[in-house]
Amino acid sequence: MSDLNSTGIDTGVPNVTQTLDSSGPPTATQHERPDSSNGLEKTVVTSWKAPIAFLAFTIIALVLFVILGRDGSSTFTLSADNDLIQLPDVTVPARVTGIVITVLLALLTVFAYLRVRSDRRVPLWASALLGVLFLIAFLTWVDAGASLPVQVPGLLVGTVSLSVPLIFGALGGVISERVGVVNVAIEGQLLGGAFVAAVVASITGQPLLGLGAAAIAGAAVSFVLAAFAIKYLVDQVIVGVVLNVLVIGLTNFLYSQVLSKNAELLNSPPRFDRINIPILSEIPIIGPTLFRQTIIVYLMYIAVAAVYFALFHTKWGLRVRAVGEHPQAADTVGINVNGTRFWNVLLAGAITGLGGAYFTLGSVGAFNKEMTAGAGYIALAAVIFGQWDPIRATLAALLFGFASNLQNALGIIGSPVPSEFMLMLPYLLTIFAVAGLVGRSRGPAASGRPYIKS
Amino acid sequence: MSDSALASPTPAASSGAAPTPGAEIPPAPKSNQVLRDIMGGSVVISILAVLLALVVGGILIALTDENVQAASGYFFSRPGDTINAIWVSVSGAYGALFQGAIYNFGGNTFVKQIKPITDTLTFATPLIVAGLGVGLAFRAGMFNIGGQGQMLIAAACSGWVAYSFPLPYGIHLIVAVLAGVVGGAVWGGIVGVLKARTGAHEVIVTIMLNYIAVYLISYLLRTPGALQAPGSSNPKTPADLPTAVYPDLLGGDFNLHAGLLVSIAATVFVWWLLTRSSLGFKFRAVGVNPNAARVAGINVKRSYIYVMLLSGGLVGLAGVAQVLGTVTSGFSSGIDAGIGFDAITVALLGRSKPWGIFVAGILFGAFKAGGFAMQAGQGIPVDIVLVVQSLIVLFIAAPPLVRAVFRLPTPGVAKKPKPPKASTSSPVAASTGEAVVAK
Repeated sequence: MSDLNSTGIDTGVPNVTQTLDSSGPPTATQHERPDSSNGLEKTVVTSWKAPIAFLAFTIIALVLFVILGRDGSSTFTLSADNDLIQLPDVTVPARVTGIVITVLLALLTVFAYLRVRSDRRVPLWASALLGVLFLIAFLTWVDAGASLPVQVPGLLVGTVSLSVPLIFGALGGVISERVGVVNVAIEGQLLGGAFVAAVVASITGQPLLGLGAAAIAGAAVSFVLAAFAIKYLVDQVIVGVVLNVLVIGLTNFLYSQVLSKNAELLNSPPRFDRINIPILSEIPIIGPTLFRQTIIVYLMYIAVAAVYFALFHTKWGLRVRAVGEHPQAADTVGINVNGTRFWNVLLAGAITGLGGAYFTLGSVGAFNKEMTAGAGYIALAAVIFGQWDPIRATLAALLFGFASNLQNALGIIGSPVPSEFMLMLPYLLTIFAVAGLVGRSRGPAASGRPYIKS
Repeated sequence: MSDSALASPTPAASSGAAPTPGAEIPPAPKSNQVLRDIMGGSVVISILAVLLALVVGGILIALTDENVQAASGYFFSRPGDTINAIWVSVSGAYGALFQGAIYNFGGNTFVKQIKPITDTLTFATPLIVAGLGVGLAFRAGMFNIGGQGQMLIAAACSGWVAYSFPLPYGIHLIVAVLAGVVGGAVWGGIVGVLKARTGAHEVIVTIMLNYIAVYLISYLLRTPGALQAPGSSNPKTPADLPTAVYPDLLGGDFNLHAGLLVSIAATVFVWWLLTRSSLGFKFRAVGVNPNAARVAGINVKRSYIYVMLLSGGLVGLAGVAQVLGTVTSGFSSGIDAGIGFDAITVALLGRSKPWGIFVAGILFGAFKAGGFAMQAGQGIPVDIVLVVQSLIVLFIAAPPLVRAVFRLPTPGVAKKPKPPKASTSSPVAASTGEAVVAK
């Protein structure tokens, strides 16, 4: 499927950081191979995956929006009733919009083709633009002739709400995998965080204490993972899967046995209030989406930025990545590999635990059996789809959150696409990602391998 | 720093070329270390792990028991009350577990007395085949976490044949079973093909395929004309035709069905496959060291595909057992009943050996049967069984932990020498001391 088009580019001494930072957009792939002549050559493999994927989207658009185009007009509501700045509703004719956007998609495909033919990458903004255009066309097509408008603010607010635990989980997953420990236990960390947050916040009446306790609970689950994976060298995937079952069993047991009997005392946590950030919260569309949220969401913004900065611009981050990529080399320069792994897996668990608290202190307001409902596995998918990069993983989590939320929104409008297929989308995308059809998917080299000092 | 350090050591990229002399031989993947750990431990460790897990479960039961909590309020004045309450709660729970799983002392007829053990075998039937599927994949170095998806697809295929095609007695059952096996094999085979062709990690793919199967089946179940029963609005299929149902083994008083015979046959088959056939030898070789297997001329990628097809088919049999044996009146999307995940624990407890899995499946079947009895009789949530099961697997996966708890000697290591005192030790003693520390 991919056309090998190798050109030798002399790049001086390659190093680990360069490899990591060059994990470019999901388009052209690069492989570095040792070359016998001088050992410094770098083979660039251009990939036709991006233009082919673009073409596929264009063809789908052509079939769906032009050939099967629906007549009538679609309405988009852009602001809620209580907004300070009111934007008018936008009404567009469905068929014309479909045709225009299909033409734009075709142009993007040609652009991608030309870029790849001249051995250059397809930039990330092109993929993003393609996605947004396709989505607008899709929503227009769905809403054509429907009596209800598409509520854009509601769609976006719901997306953020569903994405918060995914993003925290993905950040925890990124740190854990970057340091070389596969974290399948994200689900358990989220669930543990949700449970403990509910109990502690209910008893103390302080949601902030609940939040702190959730971090500790997540770290506790991580502690078991780290202890078994690093000290006892048990396979990390097995420990992760079993830990998820263990936490599900424990929380279910305690919920039925203790919580449901004293729901007033133990399972009625106070929820965080929404805090409107002055000025910013009045920006149309963006304001209600991003700046009228609870403290957990603001914490999430900080966490994403902090993890990104720390991972790529601090000594700590360099050590974490070195341990995850090449533990022997890290050990040689005096980094305590297993110590670094241990503490960072704990940190990852704490961050994930905060995401769990969002279930009980932010969105739902009480603990329920298995309330995470597979969010941990979607977060794991986001880590892989986001290529082990905190920003990309966050975007992937937002995409998955959007897909889940879209089926809610389409359910209201009356969608021609069954909701199950929308729910399937994140998982299908992940399979494509790991199979290498969408971009490159290569994790930290030493992820999942225990380090035994010899 | 050379580029070779950056090159991925996974063998999937290189296309089967024998390594040239002097080239760095890629290290064997750690999965063979895992296999050694899984199978290297002794039966003693397994038994102790079960014991330890039961103790932890007992502590949980005691801690959450209301009488224990009440009695512990005045522990220092009358400690006997607390101890008595702990004894009552824990022994009551495990007594109910035993009576629900093995033999009911309170039953007034023989049928009622021995019904628990047949219930155990009924619960064990799908666990054994699913555990065999997962265990077979383990032996080839693959983690099949996709039991849920494979079971759902198999159940859908098998159930569809069972209710929609009137066929003669006998043939119908065989066709329905085969349809389920094929469904599971296809769903598992996707994983094998993706692993062989693209190197996609099977754990991620199986987890994702689980969710895809769940949504696919729930869509089909609520769509008229697909799997939904005609004239019904519930997401449920019609009942199986009587010609496709597994016959009862012990008559209508018991739930035990002929699926157990299929499970026993599958155990014999996997035993034969792994120990007597060349395909099984290839699987084991790939599982121990895929690089060595490739050098020896075994097609590693093809082995991945075959083992996932077989694994999926075996797990599919568990779905068949559910549809044609346990729930014959039409199934909904919860038909897998968590067996896909339980199978992982069964395979680990059975150390991926066919007869070990058979015994482990019966043990976990007993936990399931007893767990429901415990919930009904003692009001202790059945989820405690999940806790005990996962603890068993954790303890079994880490033999050093169990040895440390029970102060057992480490096998293969001679009696640990006293750590030599640094000042008086000879150079030889110091070096052995270092070796021990480095280990």
